[in-house]
Amino acid sequence: MVENAADGLYAIELKGISKAFGPVQANRDINIAVPRGTIHGIIGENGAGKSTLMSILYGFYRADAGQILINGKPTAIPDSQSAIRAGIGMVFQHFKLVQNFTVLENVILGVEDGPMLNASLAKARKTLAELSREYEMDVDPDAMIEDLSVGHQQRVEILKALYRQADILILDEPTGVLTPAEADHLFRILKGLKAQGKTIILITHKLREIMEATDNVSVMRRGTMVDTVKTAETSPEQLAELMVGRKVLLEVEKAPASPGEVVLSVQDLRVRDEHGVERLKGVSFDIRKGEILGIAGVAGNGQSQLMEALGGMIRATGSATLKGQTLPLSGKGADGQSRRAVGIAHVPEDRHHHGLILDFTAWENVAFGYFNDPKYQKNRLLMDNQALRADTATKMETFDVRPPIPALEAKNFSGGNQQKIVVAREFEQDPDLLLVGQPTRGVDIGAIEFIHKQLIALRDAGKAVLLVSVELDEIMSLSDRIAVMFDGQIMGFRDPDKTDERELGLMMAGMTGKGEAA
Amino acid sequence: MDRLPRWADVALVPLVSLFLAFVISALVILAIGQDPWEAITVMVQGSVMNAYGWGYTLYYATSFMFTGLAVCVAFHASMFNIGGEGQAQLGGLGVALACLFVPWPHWSLALIGAGLSAAAFGALWAAIPAWMQAKRGSHIVITTIMFNYIAASLLQYLLVNQLKPTGQADPASATFPEVTNLPALNDIPLINLVFTKAVPANITLFIALGMAVLVWVLLWHTRLGYQIRAFGKSEAGARYAGINPTFIIMVVMLISGGLAGLMAINNVMGEAERLLGNSASGAGFIGIAVALMGRNHPLGVVLAALLFGFLFQGGAELGLWTKIPIEMRIVVQGLVILFTGALDMMVRMLLVRIFALFRPRRMEAA
Repeated sequence: MVENAADGLYAIELKGISKAFGPVQANRDINIAVPRGTIHGIIGENGAGKSTLMSILYGFYRADAGQILINGKPTAIPDSQSAIRAGIGMVFQHFKLVQNFTVLENVILGVEDGPMLNASLAKARKTLAELSREYEMDVDPDAMIEDLSVGHQQRVEILKALYRQADILILDEPTGVLTPAEADHLFRILKGLKAQGKTIILITHKLREIMEATDNVSVMRRGTMVDTVKTAETSPEQLAELMVGRKVLLEVEKAPASPGEVVLSVQDLRVRDEHGVERLKGVSFDIRKGEILGIAGVAGNGQSQLMEALGGMIRATGSATLKGQTLPLSGKGADGQSRRAVGIAHVPEDRHHHGLILDFTAWENVAFGYFNDPKYQKNRLLMDNQALRADTATKMETFDVRPPIPALEAKNFSGGNQQKIVVAREFEQDPDLLLVGQPTRGVDIGAIEFIHKQLIALRDAGKAVLLVSVELDEIMSLSDRIAVMFDGQIMGFRDPDKTDERELGLMMAGMTGKGEAA
Repeated sequence: MDRLPRWADVALVPLVSLFLAFVISALVILAIGQDPWEAITVMVQGSVMNAYGWGYTLYYATSFMFTGLAVCVAFHASMFNIGGEGQAQLGGLGVALACLFVPWPHWSLALIGAGLSAAAFGALWAAIPAWMQAKRGSHIVITTIMFNYIAASLLQYLLVNQLKPTGQADPASATFPEVTNLPALNDIPLINLVFTKAVPANITLFIALGMAVLVWVLLWHTRLGYQIRAFGKSEAGARYAGINPTFIIMVVMLISGGLAGLMAINNVMGEAERLLGNSASGAGFIGIAVALMGRNHPLGVVLAALLFGFLFQGGAELGLWTKIPIEMRIVVQGLVILFTGALDMMVRMLLVRIFALFRPRRMEAA
């Protein structure tokens, strides 16, 4: 355990907290002590139970067993009102702000002093000005939330908590939506808060942030608290190992590619959206057997349209051939079923809206897109749900989906495990061409490593892979060739060994590196 | 929010809702100066305490099963088919045409022929709004409601101007030939040991139960059912999986309309034995409540249909034997729909709280 900080009092102590959702034990006998005036990181893979634990602390769930001590006093937290009274403030991953209210109105929402707002607003304006000065959080109190950047909206959330006199601030994956510069600013604010004696709990699965910002770090794995260590005395490698329970390779290992003949050839692909705006402005490329073509680019520059057009989800013009056969881009043959029939598998960018049906069970989701597959049919009329369940159980084992319960609904899996279900389904189809969009978005490092290995294995087995990702690291470490997209066009192709982040970054911003127009 | 155990979710919530609906109904009966205990006694005795009462309860329930299943199937594709009433009326037209103009040799063949005709007419009536939804985006709720009115007017026109025998005063078709009369429960060997008096419930009951099984198989054991449910849960996801939205909307509405149309073999062919103006008499709308209360599961639909059959028959008894007006059954039905449908969340939250009360004890014990 960690030595006591400052005055030897813990801001928060959790003793023996357990919580189960049906068959899933989300938290098992969790003990944690957070010294007052420190930044305490809680790290763990998706589904390790971090969010459940914080929801218990904030009164969203009741623990099945265990005790919560705030500043040494046993405290019952049956609802979020009690949590606020106990001095706990929470900044959620998805902000809870009213978009068409001003900053000031959002701050006083729920803590107005009376039926007339003017007095409350005036008081809040004064307090807000003090808070902003104290913690370097310059936010215009009269700005509309919808006009603010994501980083500023997050500051409003923090101010909201401080206005409610929070002494303990919990931030759930705060940097998921921030640019690197905004994240750095956030950490400066957190350090300022710490200097004023606030206690901060930072939930994240990004090792860099833990190393950068925290004093102590607790590691969770599969619902249990594995260890608590001083940040200064640990390393990213050690934390990763604690999180996953085994040694993790933070770098991708892969042999040089040996590309074969062309699998997919795309010429002058164009897509218009429903407003008639051209989102894909004539894209041409080839992908060969045994090659990963990575598409780099800032989100919203036509990558989604490219994937959806090739996946048969939207109409496009231009021409495309798969293994020499024409691939229809509109009309008959340009739909998801036809694409699967010719050997294209598709891991969509948005697993919640496209890749999965969240209300369906895992086994039903394994048939999603493949409900016509002969191996899932009992006879001409009936589907073989039994075979489907068995197949799901096998896939869950191969891809280490947790918990391995085929009858569990998709929405009850963590993000990483949901993605593994999609990936298991698509990777196991033995496709000629694999479309992979944001394969590791919101996925923890254990699963990232696994998915990356599988992708390389598919490449080595002679598949053609089109990879779209907004994570430049991912593109650079996986791709055999990189195409950079900007404004619906390909700015150029690069060899990952002969380029760097700077050059790619410039191309992503629309500047061609070597005078090579797209 | 914590969740309820499964048994509480599927059984306790509707039962508590139902209980509350009956409590409020009792208060309403008190308010009009009548005795609620007398009311419930009359309702129960007249509908489920003897075979004769059951004969009516089951007759109504049969109709509600068809319309309830119609709503249920469409709902799984996120299509809210409010047009069961019109589709059932058109089904009645299908039955009447089949019975009046085809010389059937035996009732069983007539049943098959009239059944197919009823389903086809109902399906056709649903197909037009379905096509407009799939191709033009005209909202199915609006169009199916409109089609109820069109169906009523169309039927009125046909009855008055085409189907009414000359010299008959009321707007109804001629009585069907005797060979097309379906066996009532009191005509079927063995079952007639229970139903000794003539009752309207007829062989169609078994067709309705069979349809419930078929709907269950369709939704959870066929590729089509899988696509229907996937489309209903996520239209964007369906596009990714390559499920054709037009195809699903059309097929699901044809099935839904067909089921609603099939109801006509119960009331038009099995009971009235001729086509009347308002043949569906609201069963299409009650189907919505039945599907809602039955959680859009065929078994739930069958149980909810029985409950509404009881309310219908019990309500009629109220009008016969007490001073409570027959309209009271509409009040009771309304409250049942309100509590089991709209206020479902209220009861659920209440139960969640109550269940949570028992949890801290376990926590301290641990």
